[in-house]
Amino acid sequence: MRTNLLKRLTAALAMGVFALGVGGGVAVAKTDLLVYTSIEADELAKFKNAFEKDYPDINIKWVRDSTGIMGAKLLAEKDNPRADIVWGMAATVLLQLIPYDYFQAYAPKGVEKLNPLYVDPKNNPPLWVGQRAYVAAVCYNTIEGKKNNLPIPKSWKDLTKPVYKGHVIMPNPGSSGTAYLDVSSWIQMWGEEDAFKFMDALHKNISRYTHSGSKPCKLAAAGEIPIGVSFAYRVVKSKAAGAPLVLITPEEGLGWEVEAMAIVRNTKNLAAARALADWTISRKSMELHAPGYAAVALPGIPNPVKDFPDVGGKMIKNDFAWAGANKARIVKKWTARYDAKSEPRKK
Amino acid sequence: MTDGPQALVIEAPLVKPKVGREDWVMRAGLAVIGVYLLVAVVFPLYTILSKSFQDSRGLFVGLDNYAEYFATPALFYSINNSLTISVVSMVITVGLAFGYAYGLTRSCMPGKGVFKAIALIPILAPSLLPAISLRYLFGAQGMIKGLLMGETIYGPIGIVIGEVFWTFPHALLIIFTALSLSDARLYEAAEALGASKLRTFFTVTLPGAKYGLISACFVVFTLVITDFGVPKVIGGGYNVLAVDIYKQVVGQQNFQMGAVVGLVLLAPALLAFVADRMIQGKQVALLSARAVPYEPRPDRRFDLAMLAFCGTVAFIIIGILGVAQFAALVKFWPYNLSLALDSYQFDLMDGGSWGAFWNSLKLAAWTAVIGTAVIFTGAYLVEKSKGFERGRGLIQLMCMIPLAVPGIVLGLAYIFFFNAVGNPLGFIYHTLIILVLCTVTHFYTVSHLTAVTALKQMDAEFEAVSSSLKVPFYRTFIRVTVPVCMPAILDISIYLFVNAMTTVSAVIFLYSADTQLASVAVLNMDDAGDTAPAAAMGMMIVYTSATVRLLHFLLTRGIARRTQAWRKR
Repeated sequence: MRTNLLKRLTAALAMGVFALGVGGGVAVAKTDLLVYTSIEADELAKFKNAFEKDYPDINIKWVRDSTGIMGAKLLAEKDNPRADIVWGMAATVLLQLIPYDYFQAYAPKGVEKLNPLYVDPKNNPPLWVGQRAYVAAVCYNTIEGKKNNLPIPKSWKDLTKPVYKGHVIMPNPGSSGTAYLDVSSWIQMWGEEDAFKFMDALHKNISRYTHSGSKPCKLAAAGEIPIGVSFAYRVVKSKAAGAPLVLITPEEGLGWEVEAMAIVRNTKNLAAARALADWTISRKSMELHAPGYAAVALPGIPNPVKDFPDVGGKMIKNDFAWAGANKARIVKKWTARYDAKSEPRKK
Repeated sequence: MTDGPQALVIEAPLVKPKVGREDWVMRAGLAVIGVYLLVAVVFPLYTILSKSFQDSRGLFVGLDNYAEYFATPALFYSINNSLTISVVSMVITVGLAFGYAYGLTRSCMPGKGVFKAIALIPILAPSLLPAISLRYLFGAQGMIKGLLMGETIYGPIGIVIGEVFWTFPHALLIIFTALSLSDARLYEAAEALGASKLRTFFTVTLPGAKYGLISACFVVFTLVITDFGVPKVIGGGYNVLAVDIYKQVVGQQNFQMGAVVGLVLLAPALLAFVADRMIQGKQVALLSARAVPYEPRPDRRFDLAMLAFCGTVAFIIIGILGVAQFAALVKFWPYNLSLALDSYQFDLMDGGSWGAFWNSLKLAAWTAVIGTAVIFTGAYLVEKSKGFERGRGLIQLMCMIPLAVPGIVLGLAYIFFFNAVGNPLGFIYHTLIILVLCTVTHFYTVSHLTAVTALKQMDAEFEAVSSSLKVPFYRTFIRVTVPVCMPAILDISIYLFVNAMTTVSAVIFLYSADTQLASVAVLNMDDAGDTAPAAAMGMMIVYTSATVRLLHFLLTRGIARRTQAWRKR
């Protein structure tokens, strides 16, 4: 019995070594490119198919999750990065990783044609290049709004009016990057003191804070709440599915975030990673990036979604470096004011 | 322990038998299990928990993070809330489970098999399903929100309902086992002495089930206090410790603070563990070899009452899942209630595909096979080997730790450890192997406890007799122990299987391009606003696990007939 077992073990080991050897030999045929991303999952196939059509010898392998999960995973892997390229990731997450020497500089072909707002201003060639921007937005459910006699809000300040008490949901900046986008934009627009005064007033109207940034608009779509503070992309999709939503872009100005890409320092597939970077800012790819988003990196590509509001003029002058450097402090202050005591309120 | 050396000096010449070849083999086995647990549990956890003493650059800062954490007022709300939720859920769950198990074991009500099967359903469902159901039932558009009388579901009420639903099967399994092991002779004696039914209940039934009840309390409490899934989706602004970890780690990428909360969270769980061990030490075996199994006698009124109770609980369980199935079919809740099968086209949906579903099946199968082998062998060696007390105690403790570790902490720990530069095991990173290893670890404790319980029932004489007959212990293990413990082994395997199908919190950090999982897809689909497909995929998981459970039941029956005939009188 024992010799039998030994024989089998040896055989299994030999097989394993053999498989490793063969695997190593064959792998050169087609390059697998490991791409970490947080873009909406329903867009993955679109980008993969289009890219692989142009580069048939490269095979994109996605690892996709929400920005928070991917941010944590990237940071946890910092001593031994696994991805070849981080693509379609919030620029704030990339900025957070740069001090760990996470990325290598590369100027993709045609980078000079891009709107300079989307390109790493600190390094030349750039460490990161933006793909497109998404903006903060407010969703208003017309059916529930009518039921509760709520006028359609036009500005951020409108949301603090007593009539909206208990009818607004926004994400918690302690859990969600989108929420921090809102908070930091208010501070950048009005100064910290006035922004917190605004949030004091807003807090009185908030029904609850969610942990996911896209949840408020989804809850509004499902009629759980008349007004959700979130971002725009999902609204387009929810409306298509039949949600009675109106997309509002408050008049004072909108916080926004760049979805960007950066090549990882130790990638073994540099040529393929660069190919994806080049392809990404090509006109063809930029057109794929456009639907539902505020703007793309390459100027002159309109958003094909029909009733998508023109938000270009409302995007604030967003200082990402400032927002990143002050995040810990601001979130702490926010948490102390609104989160510590956020027992569920009764209506 | 403190008087160890002295005791050793006295005992050594008297008791210590010659360490034979057998014992060396056993000790080698113990060492292997010990190394396994070090690699799978202790080293990874150390890599993350040690971060609580470091700053973001990895420099040692002593207790600074703790000082900062304990200075925030939010903490006390979280601790308070966590304890409240855990205690309330524990009392309700254990109360319900006791009543249900009492009906199953002590009454002659009809349909016991069906009731038992229904009670185990919640364990098959990803935690998002009850959350979706609760929203559809009690949310702003809820079908029966009037029942809450103006209170919101998004808060402690929702968390407690969600946690009770999810932990009920765990508690039921333990209490059911405790109540089934009862000696009819005690009841006969009580009756002969003229004790009233109530008195018998308090003097015979409850003391007999005491250990099971306490274990159930311990398990439910720990499960609830470390769970972030339910409070995250239904808890509104009600902060609990497990969600604090989520905020620190996922929301702010602050691993240091996340590690601090992780360690704080270990404290109540370890306390519960110590308390559990102390009580266990006092427990004397109630079931001797001569015990006669108790068989209930018909009592119309009592049986009807139990039927009504169990029926209500079963109805609620089925109802909650029924709503989830409805959610999977409805076109656009609540504005377009027409039904359609669109949601099942997973390949067109966000975040998941049938591929993810097959990966989950693979993960579940491997977790069940490998996990059962490792855990049962480990439990056997810890339980049945001789000598080496301290080492066995340590292994026992290592087996208990995973229960107290929230999934997020475990998942990140696996990244830190297995992705470290120079780790010879680094090649398993981003493969199915690390998912299997992590899932086995995640569900190690309850499986280990089940195995130990089963092994404790076995008389130590088996080993004594076989060793006197010069049969090597591994032959006894394969020829006697494994067949005798077959029901427990099959229970462990199904427990691992269904949990691997639904687990999210740890594996979400570890899956890669080729190893996406259905349970994660459910979460991502809901995250993308596709509630119906999320519910559809969730229900697919439920049906798969239920099918496997059914096959398992048929298989168990076959095997039970062959291996358990000795139990009959």
